[in-house]
Amino acid sequence: MPYPVEMQDSIKNVAATRQPRLNREFPRLESSDKKQLLENYHPDYRPGSKKAIPLGPNKGELVPIELADLIKSPSRLNPAAIELEKNHYHTDVLVIGGGGGGATAALSAKKTGAQVLLVTKLRLGDSNTTMAEGGIGAATLPEDSPAIHWIDTMVGGRFQNKADLVEALVTDAPFIVDWLTNLGVNFDRNADGSYETHMPGGHSRRRSHSVKDLTGLEIMRVLADEIRNREIEVLEFSPAVELLLDEDQQCAGAVLLNLDTGQHFVVEAKTTIVCTGGMGRLHPNGFPTSNHYGATADGIIMAYRAGAKLLHPGYVQYHPTGAAWPEQMLGLLISEALRAQHAQLVNKHGQMFINRLETRDAVASAIIQECGEKNNGVVTPTGMVGVWLDTPLIDIICGQGTFLRRFAGIYKRFKKYDIDPINEPILIYPTQHYQNGGVEINTNGETNVPNLYMAGEVSGGVHGHNRLGSNSLQDIFVFGRRAGRHAAEKSRQVNLGKLSLDHVKAYNTLLQENQIETETVSPLILPDYRFEKALTKIQHIEGS
Amino acid sequence: MQNDIITLIPVIVMGKRYEVPHGLTIMKALEYAGYQLTRGCGCRGGVCGACATIYRKKGQYRLQVGLACQTVVEADIYILQLPFFPANKALYEINTTIPDDLNIIKLYPELLRCMGCNTCTNSCPMELEVMNYISAAIAGNYETVVELSMECVACGLCAARCPAELAPFNIALLIRRMVGKHLIQPSPQLAQRLEEIKAGKYEKELHGLKNTAPGEIEKKYKELQATKGASV
Repeated sequence: MPYPVEMQDSIKNVAATRQPRLNREFPRLESSDKKQLLENYHPDYRPGSKKAIPLGPNKGELVPIELADLIKSPSRLNPAAIELEKNHYHTDVLVIGGGGGGATAALSAKKTGAQVLLVTKLRLGDSNTTMAEGGIGAATLPEDSPAIHWIDTMVGGRFQNKADLVEALVTDAPFIVDWLTNLGVNFDRNADGSYETHMPGGHSRRRSHSVKDLTGLEIMRVLADEIRNREIEVLEFSPAVELLLDEDQQCAGAVLLNLDTGQHFVVEAKTTIVCTGGMGRLHPNGFPTSNHYGATADGIIMAYRAGAKLLHPGYVQYHPTGAAWPEQMLGLLISEALRAQHAQLVNKHGQMFINRLETRDAVASAIIQECGEKNNGVVTPTGMVGVWLDTPLIDIICGQGTFLRRFAGIYKRFKKYDIDPINEPILIYPTQHYQNGGVEINTNGETNVPNLYMAGEVSGGVHGHNRLGSNSLQDIFVFGRRAGRHAAEKSRQVNLGKLSLDHVKAYNTLLQENQIETETVSPLILPDYRFEKALTKIQHIEGS
Repeated sequence: MQNDIITLIPVIVMGKRYEVPHGLTIMKALEYAGYQLTRGCGCRGGVCGACATIYRKKGQYRLQVGLACQTVVEADIYILQLPFFPANKALYEINTTIPDDLNIIKLYPELLRCMGCNTCTNSCPMELEVMNYISAAIAGNYETVVELSMECVACGLCAARCPAELAPFNIALLIRRMVGKHLIQPSPQLAQRLEEIKAGKYEKELHGLKNTAPGEIEKKYKELQATKGASV
């Protein structure tokens, strides 16, 4: 499916303006202009996009409607039907989630000497980690420093980040690059052994370490392999459905569901680390998503019922460049690294409208404005709207062969549909990408619920209101490792009482008492795309 | 999104016939038919290898392979997803397993059973030169293995169809890790940065920043942005 005729005219406009744009950059936004752009166009600020949480520790806080609906749903588990005395597994440390954060937590806990059980909804490695294209951020160059990394991250997060968590992130980051390298991750290198680094939007120094456009895939393969080598017990297709507490309200493990048989079973654990990722598959605001099939906010739902406090749960990151054509690729991430390598954003006339290296929230807002109010978007035959990412600039500016060397994966995916991104621009529109907030943690990954830890996207505080590119891969390893170590050490002192699901019963009662009625149950576990829901539908085309 | 007129085409899922809209991927066709996928669905973006699929077009004897999330359905295709494959994976200690023939053959003796039939290459939905990297592994050209196998999504189709019962993707993973760990020159810049952090070089500055007003930090950020240099 090459570009249809109705899109060809606009492609000609882009080609015609390319030469004059070569040495030009669109001016950067002043901070007051950026604030206004966000308030007018960012979906987080859209009236009607959020709803107040009706109960629990964050009562009254606004979150995306789709998340609020799950929070105010009763448990999918009938607590009375679970025999808690018959626990099938005992372990020191239970890790819930098999992505990069979970794998790191499990490896670290095992190394610290604990018995570890890793359970995951789908296969080990099925996660957003695998899909991370661009790279992992760490201040490893001489002209960079952890302090500069800290400044960039705080500004990017609109100063809503917890400063201690950011300090932990930037200080551990170079050690994580070293750790992954020593596990056998093949990072892109220069001839002298130094790392080839890139500068995603919002950063002030080159510090994103890549493996072509397959950074997460390469890292996840290695970590999953190491989990097997260390003979850590893994239960696949076994999502957690609810956390367990004991009578002292300490976390004590989880009830799992065997997806193959439909049977529930109980894991008693001295400490529990939740690494279940974000909420992309709830499609907040009707957006497409770049997320893995399993990203359904299960961890947030379970932890909230167990009394955990959330931080910034209402802030969602829309990645500016999700694919808008071909339709089969809708929502799929087109790495920010393409913009770092000089691909510009242009409208249907071939005009620039935002600097390519603004932070993600600002770029996404500018695209929404351009496609909606300004009516400068390109309309596809299926009614989707987008703007162009002028990818041919990459080889023109960075040298012939750069695109193929750096972005082989992206090239292949488009070639399947007869689109050649080396010579033709690609059409993009913002796609839901990341949950900026989550369950509040401290620098050990601990939550306010004793013995309950979080790491990665499910947690909140590291990224404030807006995450910078390449900081999420770093987050999962830094806090996966910290949580793994701490949870393993703590497990030696934990004495658990009688296991209980009373908090789930109490939550259900509270819903009834407040006359909160829903037709859904939670956690969601899997999105439902059956029947006509399999057909693409995007509710969110601003202004159309 | 407006889908004006939907043309339905027949597909046969594990022997059952369903009518699905033209233009869907195999994954979306399965969902349109009513499957809520557990096995056989992952990233939905062509990088995780969960949705390895074998299919055959009507009237042809040839089996074809693809990732369900990346392959568009055609009329009258027979579809089967591979839910799991029991591929052999050797256990090893990466710190002491250096890349040489002896180590690799000890861990994967079946490597030498490769008969060069090229079925693996023909079975790769990522269009990798699987047999060529296996040949490179046998010949000891480890950098070639890294280069040719880097985009592997470990879907298991090569292992499922190999008549010599190799699991090429696991052999490549072993070699890539050996190369990454033992053959790549360490970065002197990274080593220096680690020493600096261990010595506490940045602690004071970070402590100071944590006690600085956002407005002042914004100013520093602006200065840093002005000196960021080439962004390649």
